[in-house]
Amino acid sequence: MHELGVVFHCIKEVNEIAAENKVSRVSSVTIQLGEVSTVIPYLFEDCWNWAVKKETVLKDCRIKIEIIPAVTLCEDCKREYPTVQHGKTCPYCGSLNTYLVQGNEFMIKEIEVVDKAPGSVET
Amino acid sequence: MNCLVINKAWKGGMDQVRVIEIKKSIFEDNDRDADRLRSELRDKGVFLLNLMSSPGSGKTTTLIKTINTLKDRMHIAVMEADIDSDVDARKILEATGVQSIQLHTGGMCHLDAEMTRQGLDNLDLGSVDLAVLENVGNLVCPAEFDTGSSKNCMILSVPEGHDKPLKYPLMFSICDLVLINKIDVMPYFDFDLDLCEKYIHMRNPKAEVIPICAKTGEGIERFAAWLESQVSDWKEAR
Repeated sequence: MHELGVVFHCIKEVNEIAAENKVSRVSSVTIQLGEVSTVIPYLFEDCWNWAVKKETVLKDCRIKIEIIPAVTLCEDCKREYPTVQHGKTCPYCGSLNTYLVQGNEFMIKEIEVVDKAPGSVET
Repeated sequence: MNCLVINKAWKGGMDQVRVIEIKKSIFEDNDRDADRLRSELRDKGVFLLNLMSSPGSGKTTTLIKTINTLKDRMHIAVMEADIDSDVDARKILEATGVQSIQLHTGGMCHLDAEMTRQGLDNLDLGSVDLAVLENVGNLVCPAEFDTGSSKNCMILSVPEGHDKPLKYPLMFSICDLVLINKIDVMPYFDFDLDLCEKYIHMRNPKAEVIPICAKTGEGIERFAAWLESQVSDWKEAR
């Protein structure tokens, strides 16, 4: 349910970008998804594939998902560690004074568009 | 928007394929809409409370008690967001008499700033001091979408367990106030209030915590006083 909501947001953004760039067809969208962004990649993909069937400019547009690993920095010992394994507690010194450096991203990285040659018929 | 064309390639026939680099957060537009809405509401002197929780934690009952405590002291309006039906908006209207409208999310799990604006447009905000948005019952998605609210509040009810702040860290990290509801049944659920507060503050040291019981009215006056002081600060900051 959550993934469907964010898919709608993403499609809206891409439609706006397409309109601004006078693009009539978007063939693929690449998103960057942090490991702890709360969006599950395979569910996002499923929702995406369902939602783009109803689109015009984004009709049957492919989705490419790049995963960004989650990394946390410890303020006390200044070391970085993988967030998913250790959570908020630093595995080196046990401090809770830590914050996420990367891993909650949810970005549209790029879109691939098709410009029809002049005079060609829309398919 | 700045879009950079980084790659042009001819692919088969006469159609040209190119890649447009975007590098834009999917929540960026919503964050901008929310900031705009917040500043408009500040100019109008309307304080918007975004009330969130799991389904069944007692949002509507808490609201009814609180509104009946506060309605002689300020003007209040309510927006009830649900996936379907208008039972909550009717309940609020019947039990309190304040303006109340129902928003349908059309299957979506949260409200965003644009939907909140549409809801507000359907209220008569003229003399309203406090508008309450009762968000969809859900601890995940509403935390990610800024609605343009002045403050965020969530209700955690005792049967849900004191360890909930550990399970939904984002929700607790964005809330200014956490109400712990149904404290009358605490002995039956092995609910550790001190531990719960500790977990909340692990995720958000600034969050205020008020234990309440919407059914008996315990703690409601404290919540009402919190709202009153927030509303007056909001108006003074104009």
